Amino acid sequence: MEKQKQHIINKEETVISITGLYKAFDDLEVLKGIDFNLFKGENIAVLGKSGTGKSVLIKIIVGLLKPDKGEVIVLGQEVDKLKGKELDALRLRIGFSFQNSALYDGMNVYQNLAFPLTMNFQNMPKKEVVNAVEEVLEAVGLKDKIKQMPSDLSGGQRKRIGIARTLILKPEIMLYDEPTSGLDPITSAEIIDLINEVQELYNTSSVIITHDLTCAKNTGNRIAMMFEGKFLKTGTFNEVFDTEDAQLKGFFNYNFIK
Amino acid sequence: MINYKTKKYLFSRVLDDYFTGIHNAYNFTARFFKEVFKKPFHLREVINQFFEVGLKSLALISLTGFIVGIVFTKQSRPSLEDFGATSWLPSLIGIAIVKALGPLVTALICAGKVGSSIGAEIASMKVTEQIDAMEVSAINPFKYLVVTRVVATTLAIPVLALYCSFVALYGSYINVHAEETSSMISFYQNAFKTISFLDIATSVVKTVVYGFTIGIVGCYKGFNATQGTRGVGKAANQAVVLAMFLIFIEEVLIVQVSNWLRYY
Repeated sequence: MEKQKQHIINKEETVISITGLYKAFDDLEVLKGIDFNLFKGENIAVLGKSGTGKSVLIKIIVGLLKPDKGEVIVLGQEVDKLKGKELDALRLRIGFSFQNSALYDGMNVYQNLAFPLTMNFQNMPKKEVVNAVEEVLEAVGLKDKIKQMPSDLSGGQRKRIGIARTLILKPEIMLYDEPTSGLDPITSAEIIDLINEVQELYNTSSVIITHDLTCAKNTGNRIAMMFEGKFLKTGTFNEVFDTEDAQLKGFFNYNFIK
Repeated sequence: MINYKTKKYLFSRVLDDYFTGIHNAYNFTARFFKEVFKKPFHLREVINQFFEVGLKSLALISLTGFIVGIVFTKQSRPSLEDFGATSWLPSLIGIAIVKALGPLVTALICAGKVGSSIGAEIASMKVTEQIDAMEVSAINPFKYLVVTRVVATTLAIPVLALYCSFVALYGSYINVHAEETSSMISFYQNAFKTISFLDIATSVVKTVVYGFTIGIVGCYKGFNATQGTRGVGKAANQAVVLAMFLIFIEEVLIVQVSNWLRYY
């Protein structure tokens, strides 16, 4: 689990830059002024309790939601201003792992993984597609599940296949939405290892949305503590953990009691 | 600083929601026409969906069409007998089935079977974030899910309606044959004798419109599903109810237009 700590982070190159980000749904203010930078090769874990706007943040990064105010620059492009093919081209460089894996029910594992490739590169020879699928399945350790349907997989296996589906497009940035939620501690540890291996193998920069302290500690080079739509504190795990802030202390204490 | 606290309605919340719904449905339909002629065409998925729609409904349409043919003939016979006009039975049945019953029965069965299935499938994909997963993989979910299904239903329903009409006429023939021992060829000749090109064209237009309605309503309700698994059931239900409602309205309008064309 300590693999990612040795990873080289290039602080000269910012892959995600967010300034003054606001988002509301009707009367409900979700994000209330978020500022952060993600450097190349870095993993940032956004930690906070449910309903604080963590998932909304990464959905804005990938252009699934539009911000009300603020600037979101990903790989040098302002996401909000992109449309059609330009947005698609950017999305091909970003991997998004969903909380519930979001595997296509009607397709088996092979079809799930091949789908983004065949849809985006229609002239790609079938042999190359098969090789790419086998390569990512190897990377997530589930090569033997290639013909299974998503309904036949366990929660942890579904998460792995979900991650494999994003890796097949060789993204530069990975966005993980609650990668360990709903998993037992052993499977959670396997997913944490996988996130660090992905960072090593594919040289990705990642935003990991989580409410799980163990996941944040073991995957994040930096932790951003989110509370009611704002980042209360950002730094290494120890820097964030070592706090006198009552709200942060409450969150940490609750996690330890649990 | 943006003030989110005060939301003002133009009329009232209910009326605003109603008009927003109409506006959204219009935009959804307009987007279909914008995307349908753009590449990529996903022909394989259109063919898959075409067979899915056709095969799923074939057994039910065969049975219903056959029964409609028999029952309609049985119920029409006594009225014609009163006037000694049973020889008009094939023509009467032919007009009724080709012009109205065949297309309408097919459309109503498909609205229930196919419309609900499309609504539930897309709604389930929506609430489990599968549609978002397509979007973040740079795949246009509207093009892949909506356009393919609407094209498939628009093409499949006319074929099914034609099949339903033939099966219903066959059911009718069996009843006529049992009473009067007429040949199948003369029955079909008599059945089609009074049907004009305009009647057949109107039926084809009707079924194309019904097919489009079933597809677009199912996709629209599915694509806009909310509230998790509860929303899936709701989308499927609304897809059937709205499609049937629109089919009846379209039936009235198309018949009016066809009558207008006939007289002028």
